[in-house]
Amino acid sequence: MNEAYRYFLIFLGALLIYNILLIRFIALCPLMGVSTQVETSIGMAMSVLFVMTMATTVSWVAWNYMLKPLHVGEFLYIPVFILIIAALVQFVEMFIRKSSPPLYRAMGIYLPLITTNCAVLAAATESVKPGFLKLNVAYHFSLPEALIYTIGVALGFGIVIIVFACIRERLETSPVPHVFKGAPIAFIIAALLSLAFMGFANLLGL
Amino acid sequence: MDWSLVWKAILALAGLSFLFGVLLAIASIRFRVETDPRVDEVMDVILGSNCGACGYPGCQPAAEAVVAGAAPVDVCVAGGKKVAEAVARVMGVPLEMRERGVALVHCKGGLSESVPKALYQGISTCAAADKIAGGGKACSFGCLGLGTCRDVCPVNAIIIDPDRRRWVDRDRCTGCGLCVEACPRSLIEIVPRHQEVLVVCNNRDKGGTAKKICSVACIGCKKCEKVCEADAIHVEDNLARIDYEKCTDCGNCIDVCPTNVIVRVVPAKAAKKQQPVLA
Repeated sequence: MNEAYRYFLIFLGALLIYNILLIRFIALCPLMGVSTQVETSIGMAMSVLFVMTMATTVSWVAWNYMLKPLHVGEFLYIPVFILIIAALVQFVEMFIRKSSPPLYRAMGIYLPLITTNCAVLAAATESVKPGFLKLNVAYHFSLPEALIYTIGVALGFGIVIIVFACIRERLETSPVPHVFKGAPIAFIIAALLSLAFMGFANLLGL
Repeated sequence: MDWSLVWKAILALAGLSFLFGVLLAIASIRFRVETDPRVDEVMDVILGSNCGACGYPGCQPAAEAVVAGAAPVDVCVAGGKKVAEAVARVMGVPLEMRERGVALVHCKGGLSESVPKALYQGISTCAAADKIAGGGKACSFGCLGLGTCRDVCPVNAIIIDPDRRRWVDRDRCTGCGLCVEACPRSLIEIVPRHQEVLVVCNNRDKGGTAKKICSVACIGCKKCEKVCEADAIHVEDNLARIDYEKCTDCGNCIDVCPTNVIVRVVPAKAAKKQQPVLA
């Protein structure tokens, strides 16, 4: 398998086939919480892309140059990655607040939400411990691979949350039966979308 | 058991925590943003529900505008006098209250007054009903009564009774004007709070037509014009309008109006004992 094709498979697998929201149902809380308006869901998607990429980079470095040589990674990776993500989000928030007020106004309110977002932790973890990709490669991502994987996850998150927000905006004016109003109908929609995404299973042997 | 692993784990985690702690401490000094502490103080005293009634996108921008001097101290419309006092105290300026108007729905017709032309069963919002051939009412100017204004009201001042008549609770109404924008038929107007005599109809049909489709429609008879002592009420386009600057609240027009579309609202305090005021 040549290099470019492997990158492509990693990206596609993360984006659609093992979509973080609809196939693995990680990060359900932003899917339900921040998807009532298209505008806010776009903001959330951009912030997740940004934070996830940075968190993965730092986590990958911490794993390969600290946890692994010390042989403590197997049981310490979750606390360490949470520490990294929390500190990083704080830092990024301070940095963009100072350097770019417009960006802060657009993204600022989502950044604290992302601190405890399990999708970010999942992407960071899987960039060092790829668990699901049935690729015929050694189970160890190089840094570019980890980055491509993370961007795929984040874009998959973004596509789904924006599509979901569009549907929910449309639902606002639909005659939904009273007992299904609000969260129940949203969960049903999520399940239907998930069924649609299952159609990608086994695409290109992934 | 291999104790070195435990020490390594403790050291790794403690080291990382220390490193991040130092980095964040440096960053918080390096990237400090100078903000006026009064913004936070104003944020603490205004209601903070982000209702948008003040015209700013949320409470934070409103608080920033107050501190910057771009907005008056009574910016928090939903908060009323109490909040305005608190904001004035934070800002150290004397309290000045603008007179807030009060919402008036220019339609009196409920299900029993207005003649229906169809049975509307579609989406239950006024905008949707208005788009589908004007909803179920024969009157194409009047209130559809599906409650879009009630839903946008941040202080729950608009009440719709089972007969689909609208009542504005004048004690609660802050005159923010969100309902004015929400109404697809532009029926709602913010009128001066002191004004007592009001025309509660928006029908511009000719007298005969108006009479057929609604028992409480203005038929443009001009009787009110003739008895007005202050030249304040005029019929234009088959609809009586009061000039609030000139009106003396004498009430002559109320007595002569054949369809009772001119009403006197009871001042807020007296109204408390009675029903909410129809307006």
